[in-house]
Amino acid sequence: MTFPMYVSPEQLMKDRADYARKGIARGRSVVVAGYDNGMAFVAHNPSRTLHKVSEIYDRIGFAAVGKYNEFENLRVAGIRYADLRGYSYDRSDVTARGLANAYAQTLGTVFTQESKPYEVEICVAQVGPTAASDQIFRLTYDGSVTDEPGYVAMGGATEPLTTGLRERWEPGMSLASALRLAAGLLRPGAEPASGPLSAEELEVAVLDRRRPRRAFRRLGGPLLDALLSPDDPTSDIPTQDDRRPGPHDLLTGAPDA
Amino acid sequence: MSSSGDRTDGRLPTAYRAVGGTSFVEFLGAQAPHLLPGGERREHLGAGTVVEAPHGTTIVALTFRDGVVVAGDRRATMGNLIAHRDMDKVFAADDYSVVGIAGTAGVAVEMVRLLQVELEHYEKIEGTLLSLEGKANRLATMIRGNLGNAFRGLAVLPLFAGYDPGPGTGRIFSYDVTGGCYEEQRHHSIGSGAHFARGALKKLWHPGLLREQAVAVAVEALYDAADDDSATGGPDLGRRIWPTCAVVTELGVELLPETDLEPTVQALVEARRDNPGGAR
Repeated sequence: MTFPMYVSPEQLMKDRADYARKGIARGRSVVVAGYDNGMAFVAHNPSRTLHKVSEIYDRIGFAAVGKYNEFENLRVAGIRYADLRGYSYDRSDVTARGLANAYAQTLGTVFTQESKPYEVEICVAQVGPTAASDQIFRLTYDGSVTDEPGYVAMGGATEPLTTGLRERWEPGMSLASALRLAAGLLRPGAEPASGPLSAEELEVAVLDRRRPRRAFRRLGGPLLDALLSPDDPTSDIPTQDDRRPGPHDLLTGAPDA
Repeated sequence: MSSSGDRTDGRLPTAYRAVGGTSFVEFLGAQAPHLLPGGERREHLGAGTVVEAPHGTTIVALTFRDGVVVAGDRRATMGNLIAHRDMDKVFAADDYSVVGIAGTAGVAVEMVRLLQVELEHYEKIEGTLLSLEGKANRLATMIRGNLGNAFRGLAVLPLFAGYDPGPGTGRIFSYDVTGGCYEEQRHHSIGSGAHFARGALKKLWHPGLLREQAVAVAVEALYDAADDDSATGGPDLGRRIWPTCAVVTELGVELLPETDLEPTVQALVEARRDNPGGAR
């Protein structure tokens, strides 16, 4: 007579957590940090098409690290959740807290019930009318959710990132200083020798609280270069969108097309 | 807690995480069909029941040098009554397109709201804009879905127009009640005063109109519609109610403020004094 091998629940959960954590640690990191007029998302991501940061709803943004197909799945689910909720009630009834709860339940269920946990860590951020009402929620692979004050770092080797943010991030800092801080901390492999990441290696977006409805904008081109350069006086994005045809969510600061 | 009904323990149902769907309308139809325009009400109404509800009236659209202008009067009628005098019937569907509505106001406004979410939903999921034809076809699908309602007198007939960055021109699309979508050249009008507005547009439109001229033509066509159609509201100087007017160019949609429309309307009313037909 054979018995199935006994694995204690503690061991089972620990194995799953280790598996997920290893997967996440392999990836590049993302920093989300508040600034005076909104929230900045900075991802170490050289790809221009596979985004780690994106828009969920009018005032809500999303950032993720880990396995692309898994967090892309969650991103689309979040957009569907938000659009359905906004359509059936009102646009103002879609909140980051509600979305974070739905994500937490989903990740928690996948962690305990499916054959493998999601190897992702995600962040849901919302801007309010003032910096004090901004919200950042961080969700991990097992469905734990935490409400982060002001900033969050996710991905591989987050220890030095979090330490750096704790020491140098302060409420009400300008967009340019927040971006330079994040770009300086997001070094590959945390080698102190290498300089801050350049604009080509970064995916940068903001939720700008001054914009009327959809607050999410991606930054690129000369505008991003100017914001990242310590010698440039540009400290924030213009409140007017680019005057050119195409998707409205990209700000490049390029002259009129 | 949720309108979708099948949420369990607050987690996102499997359908939310399904791969591939970029249409909010299809998602809504699967998850919450009662929220579709005219969705659940269908069963309560037998075929042949005709419902009395406010109707929107005249919309005009015309192309000009830099894009397209869409304007609508502000009246909604219910039988021989004026249901609303200051209703907006021209809406921005997204950054580069507008939709003007004629027909049952309640269903039409709901359809516009759904179209706005549909276009934004696609934009967010795909990270790119839908083509202008793509947008026009999405609207056609919604109208087709409303055919049952149309038999009960709840038809919706919108006019869709937008800026197409490919050729760099404004384009106009009209619809029939079965969801047929037709591209119109130069100008078009829909609604109860459409015949009179179209007559005016034929005489007033010419190629290469400038923006201000195009707005003046749109306002004048609506004036002519209101002159002969009792369901179309004319300029109401006493209440200071002006037509809704949207201009779409490569810079996007702009809904003209009252301060722009007031002088245009005043000038038109002045020009028509002792010249009611606008002979020139």
